[in-house]
Amino acid sequence: MSKELIRLADLKMVFDDEVVLNSINLYINDKEFLTLLGPSGCGKTTTLRIIGGFQKPTSGDVFFDGVRINDVPPHKRKVNTVFQKYALFPHMNIFENVAFGLRINKVPEAELKRRVNEALELVNLPGYGKRSVNSLSGGQQQRIAIARAIVNRPQVLLLDEPLGALDLKLRKDMQIELKKIQQQVGITFIYVTHDQEEALTMSDTIVVMDKGSIQQIGTPEDIYNEPKNAFVADFIGESNIIDGIMHADGVVGMYGKRFPCLDKGFAKDEPVDVVIRPEDIDIVPEEQGQLTGTVTEVTFKGVHYDTIVDFRGFKWLIQTTDYSPVGARIGVKIDPDGFHIMKKSVYSGTFGDYSSYSDAYDELNEGPDAEGGHEE
Amino acid sequence: MKKNGPVSRLFIFLMFLFLYAPIFVLIAFSFNDSKSNAVWGGFTLDWYVELFQNRTVLEALQTTLLVSVLATLIATVAGTAAAIGFFNLRGRTRSVCLAVNNIPLTNADIITGVSMMLLFVFTGQVLSQWGIDFRLGFPTLLIAHITFDIPYVILSVMPKLRQLDPNLAEAAQDLGATSFYAFRRVVLPELMPGIVSGMLIAFTMSIDDFLISYFTAGSQTSTLSMVVYSMVRRRVSPEINALSTLMFLVVLAMLIIINLRQGGALRQTRKNGGGPAAEGLLSLENEDLDPSSVQER
Repeated sequence: MSKELIRLADLKMVFDDEVVLNSINLYINDKEFLTLLGPSGCGKTTTLRIIGGFQKPTSGDVFFDGVRINDVPPHKRKVNTVFQKYALFPHMNIFENVAFGLRINKVPEAELKRRVNEALELVNLPGYGKRSVNSLSGGQQQRIAIARAIVNRPQVLLLDEPLGALDLKLRKDMQIELKKIQQQVGITFIYVTHDQEEALTMSDTIVVMDKGSIQQIGTPEDIYNEPKNAFVADFIGESNIIDGIMHADGVVGMYGKRFPCLDKGFAKDEPVDVVIRPEDIDIVPEEQGQLTGTVTEVTFKGVHYDTIVDFRGFKWLIQTTDYSPVGARIGVKIDPDGFHIMKKSVYSGTFGDYSSYSDAYDELNEGPDAEGGHEE
Repeated sequence: MKKNGPVSRLFIFLMFLFLYAPIFVLIAFSFNDSKSNAVWGGFTLDWYVELFQNRTVLEALQTTLLVSVLATLIATVAGTAAAIGFFNLRGRTRSVCLAVNNIPLTNADIITGVSMMLLFVFTGQVLSQWGIDFRLGFPTLLIAHITFDIPYVILSVMPKLRQLDPNLAEAAQDLGATSFYAFRRVVLPELMPGIVSGMLIAFTMSIDDFLISYFTAGSQTSTLSMVVYSMVRRRVSPEINALSTLMFLVVLAMLIIINLRQGGALRQTRKNGGGPAAEGLLSLENEDLDPSSVQER
C-alpha cells in the first residue's frame, strides 16, 4: 500500500432530480484492491462509471495521479473496465478481442502476439486464441474479458460485478483467482459488488455505500468487527442490534442490566446501538446467563444451528453448534469483545431485529401475517 | 404435429396453383414461337433477343438499375443513421418515431405516389420563381425511391440494435478506441446483418416499383415497370412476357438471398439463446418478407 492514485472529491450526481451520489469523498491507493459494496441503487456502479469516464459527475472532481481528469474521455484514461456481461466483441475471435487495445496503440506484431499469449496464460486459457467468443462458457468469457483489459497494462482495473452472472461454485473459484491475478500484475483493482462475502474475501479496503453516500471505509476486519452504524452492521453479515445506553467507558446497559465491554469514548449515559454478532453469543444454562430467554425457532445450517431466542419481545439470532430445543429457557453469555457499540444514526431501529425471521427467510418472502400465524 | 388430411392438402395445392399459375403461364409464353398468347407455336428465344434490341427497354433497364442502386445505397446509409438515432431516443419519443416510420409502409402506394408528385410539382413552381428549373424527372424519381426505401432499412436495422450489448461500444472506448473507431470496428459489424438485409429489401422494393415511379418520374424518364405498362396498353406482346419473366427472376433471386440470410441469422440467434431479439427478426420476416406482399407492389 503506497501512494494515493485516485481521489474523488465531493462527487455529486443527480439524474432527473434524483440524487444518485451525494458528496462522495474517497482516495484510492496504488496497488490496492478496493471494493465498493452496497445494495443495488446505492450508487456504486455510477461511481465506477465516473472513474471510467463513461459518466460525468454533476459536480465534484476526479483526480488521477494528482491531475484532474473530469473532462478526459474514456479512451484516454489509464484505466480499463471489466463489464458485468463481459461485452466481448462477438465478431472477433479470442485473440483479436484481447489484441483490440494493443492494435489501437499500434504495438508491433511480435510484441502484440507475445503479450496476448501472456494475458491468456495469466487467466488460465492458453491456446484459446483461435476460438470464437460464443464457443466459451460464461466463466471463460469472463476470464477473456479480464485478459482483454489487463493486456493493456492499465494502472487501474475497474470491475463491475464481474462474477454476478456466474454460478456459486465458479464464483468462489474466480474470487480467489482474481485476487491472485491482482497480486501477480500488481495494479489497483476497483471492484463493485453487492455480495458482502465476495467483498470480505478479496478486498484490502471496503467502501460500504447506501443511498448515494459512503457509510464506512475500512479493512474487511474493521468493517465486520467495528461497523459504524446499523446499516453496515446489518449489511455485512448477520447482526443483532439492540438499543442500549453507554453508562461509562467499558460499561454498556441494555434490558436494564450492565455489561462489560471494550468500547470507550462515548458521553455519559449516551443512547447507542449495540451490535452483537450471532456467533459471539454462547448459550449457557439459564442460571448462569447474563440474560435469559426462550428459544422460538431452530434451523440446522450444516456448520451450526440458527437459533432464534426471544428476549422480552426482541428476537435475537444466535449461531452455535449446541442444539437447544424450541421452547427451552436458556441463558446467554457474551464476552466483553462481543459487544460493538455504535453511535445512533438514521438507520437506528430499522435493522437487526429477527422477529420476522423464519426458515424461509432467504428463499421466500412471505408476508408478516403468514409468518405470525405460523408462530402461534 | 397432426398430419394434413386430403382436404387441406387439396386446399394448399389450389392455393399455390392460383398464386403461381399466372407466373408460370407468363414464363411459358415468353418462349412461345407465336405472337398469340393462347396458341403454343413451339420453343424460341427470339423474344429475348428482340427485347435486348429494343432501345426503349434498354434505356428503361439502365434507369431502373441506376435509380435502384443509388436509392438503395443512400437509403441504407440514411436509414441506418436514422435507426441509430431513433434507438438512442427516450422511450416515448422513440415509439412515436417508430410509429411515424411505419405509416409509409402501410400507406397505399398510389397515395404515396400522388402526394409526392403534388409535392414535387408544387416545389417546382416555387423554385421557378427564382429561375430554378425543377421538374419531374430522374432526380424526383430518385428522391421518391429513397423515401420509400428508408423505412424498410430502419425496420430491419432496429432488431439488431435491440440485440446489441450497450456495453460493447463502451468496452471498445475503454480499450482506447475513439467513439468513431468503436462504432466502425465494433458496433457496425454487429449491425451488418440487419443493414445488408435492409439493403436487399430496399433494392427489391425499388427495382419492381411501378406506382410511385409512375407518378414521380415525369414524361421523359421510364423504369422497366413503366415500359411494361405502356407496352401492354398497346397490345400484349410476348416481348413483355420475356421482360416480365426476367424481372420476376431477379426479384425471386433477391428474395431467396434475403430469406436464406435471415434464416441463417435466426439460427445463429437461437443458438446463442437470443430471446426477444430473435422474435423481432421473426416478426420482421413475417411482415415484410412474405413473397406475396412483395409481389403486390
